[in-house]
Amino acid sequence: MTTELTTEPDAKNPPGAPTTRGARRPRRGSGNGQARAAALYLAPAGILLIAVMAYPLYQLVQLSLYEYGQAQASGGAPLEFLGLGNYTTLLGDGRFWMVLLNTCGFAAVCVLGSLAVGIVLAVLASRVRWLPRTLLFLAALGAWATPAVAGSTVWLFLFDQDFGLVNEVLSGLGWQSMSGFSWTYDRFTAFALVAGEVVWCSFPFVMVTMYAGIKAVPNEIVEAASLDGASAWRTTRSVLLPMLRPLLVIATIQSIIWDFKIFTQIYVMTDGGGIAGQNLVLNVYAYQEAFAGSNYGMGSAIGVVMTVLLLVITVIYLRLQRGTGEST
Amino acid sequence: MTITARGPKRGVTGRVLPGKRPGRTLAEIATVLVAATIAFPLYWMVLTAFKPAGQIQSTDPRPWTLSPTLENFRQVFTVDNFGRYFLNSVVVAGVVVLISLVLSFLAAVALTRFRFRGRTVLLVMILVAQMVPVEALTIPLFFLMRSVGSVAPWFGLNHLGSLILVHLAFSLPFAIWMLRGFVAAVPTELEEAATLDGAGRFRFTWQVLFPLVAPGLVAMSVLSFIHAWNDFLFAKTFIISATENQTLPLAILVFFKPTGNDWGAIMAGSTLMTIPVLVFFVFVQRHLVSGIAGAVKA
Repeated sequence: MTTELTTEPDAKNPPGAPTTRGARRPRRGSGNGQARAAALYLAPAGILLIAVMAYPLYQLVQLSLYEYGQAQASGGAPLEFLGLGNYTTLLGDGRFWMVLLNTCGFAAVCVLGSLAVGIVLAVLASRVRWLPRTLLFLAALGAWATPAVAGSTVWLFLFDQDFGLVNEVLSGLGWQSMSGFSWTYDRFTAFALVAGEVVWCSFPFVMVTMYAGIKAVPNEIVEAASLDGASAWRTTRSVLLPMLRPLLVIATIQSIIWDFKIFTQIYVMTDGGGIAGQNLVLNVYAYQEAFAGSNYGMGSAIGVVMTVLLLVITVIYLRLQRGTGEST
Repeated sequence: MTITARGPKRGVTGRVLPGKRPGRTLAEIATVLVAATIAFPLYWMVLTAFKPAGQIQSTDPRPWTLSPTLENFRQVFTVDNFGRYFLNSVVVAGVVVLISLVLSFLAAVALTRFRFRGRTVLLVMILVAQMVPVEALTIPLFFLMRSVGSVAPWFGLNHLGSLILVHLAFSLPFAIWMLRGFVAAVPTELEEAATLDGAGRFRFTWQVLFPLVAPGLVAMSVLSFIHAWNDFLFAKTFIISATENQTLPLAILVFFKPTGNDWGAIMAGSTLMTIPVLVFFVFVQRHLVSGIAGAVKA
């Protein structure tokens, strides 16, 4: 309860209007003193962020411009400046394009899956009574809380070739070829398995966010729609979803960011990128190039490509949202 | 929002057709079935952890066991130094939470309560920092920690300090952003009153403001804890040769063997790794959700 009380007033103070708030507040001490105190308060966090985030980001770009292998890392050979050499090698490499395709396809499936499951279950949760809803939320919180490594191992065990429950159930249902079927051998079933785990642990965020959004929609609006003869589906699609749009945008962006740079699940479930690297995604690829292949320059170039792509995708998505938001 | 509140609150369309809803029973059955499906992997994990080896290495797995055993847990703790790894994970996550609590609170106070030039720029930078895919920074951070290690070994490669440093930094932007909303919600009149009572800025900050934003601090702590607790990539990259400094996620992978995975131990380890987060989640889920909602709103 207290949290609701404390977060509520904040809505009246959107970040867009900090100056009015500042002006309203009586000045305490001189502006100079405030600036000094602010600097003091901000310094620890600021120094840390510069040292461990900003500087490495600069270093990442820097490294990607050099031939930087084992010899350079141990100081045995001089640095060789390649300019964009790593990038041209990368773009000319068929493997990179395969990994890029893997990453985009895999992330798209995971994002759409999490959104679909999350939204459907949020709507479902809003229509049932207390007990089933609580059970659903507890189950979802459990999936959400499960660490990526633990979730990966459980799913791997459920789908294990020899001792997995899934194969036993499927073959018990008459699908004989599923007995002893290896889910991780084929590229697509391996991706499907990982995507299943990712959706399982990331839909709860979407569900909780959307459920909170649905609860915030005034009942009168929904009542008015149904008085006008709108069906439940129609009400959801034409009344609820448009009102939930801002939350949906946040959930989508969050999911894109998570799923595009996935590492743990792919690494654990496909044992470092699958047979002959068939299940590599950008993040795992960068890791393998750098730390397994001792090609740190190339790994950094992949890291830069990933960062830029993520930025571009997010910006495009936001633009599209704004565009359609204005037209409707 | 509360998911546990019992009461007359009806579903969105619930109030529209009182009495006449055959669809709701169907929806409730579906909800329970879905909940069971979602929870099933967790059930299977815990069940397997308690199963004797013969029932795990079986081509005919049963969804129950009549002879539960602690053998897998014993295996995990004795054979591979699991207790040490568990402790390492606790230390890393615990220190990250404590320090990020103080640092993000200070920064949030500065960004909401003080007026100074460049404040808006800083706010934008904190937003941008949340967008950086920190996983991409593994390579430069590896070299950074390597050189830090030659000056201050405790924060270098193979030491827990390196993990604490990176997780601390990565949890700060969101933590600051989240706490900002909570700090801003505390009325400024309170500060005036405290000033009239003779409390200085420092005292006001720690004795009045800090307790008042507790719900935000709780939500923020959980998120930083989970972030550090779940980390696999950085632990794998930084802790190369000093196996005694490994953390839980890596320890579990020890039981994956080319000669056949020890599923009982893997599931026992995974269960032990999941429980602290689960407990945390259940206790604070209300704060967590309102905290996220607050951050989203801000």
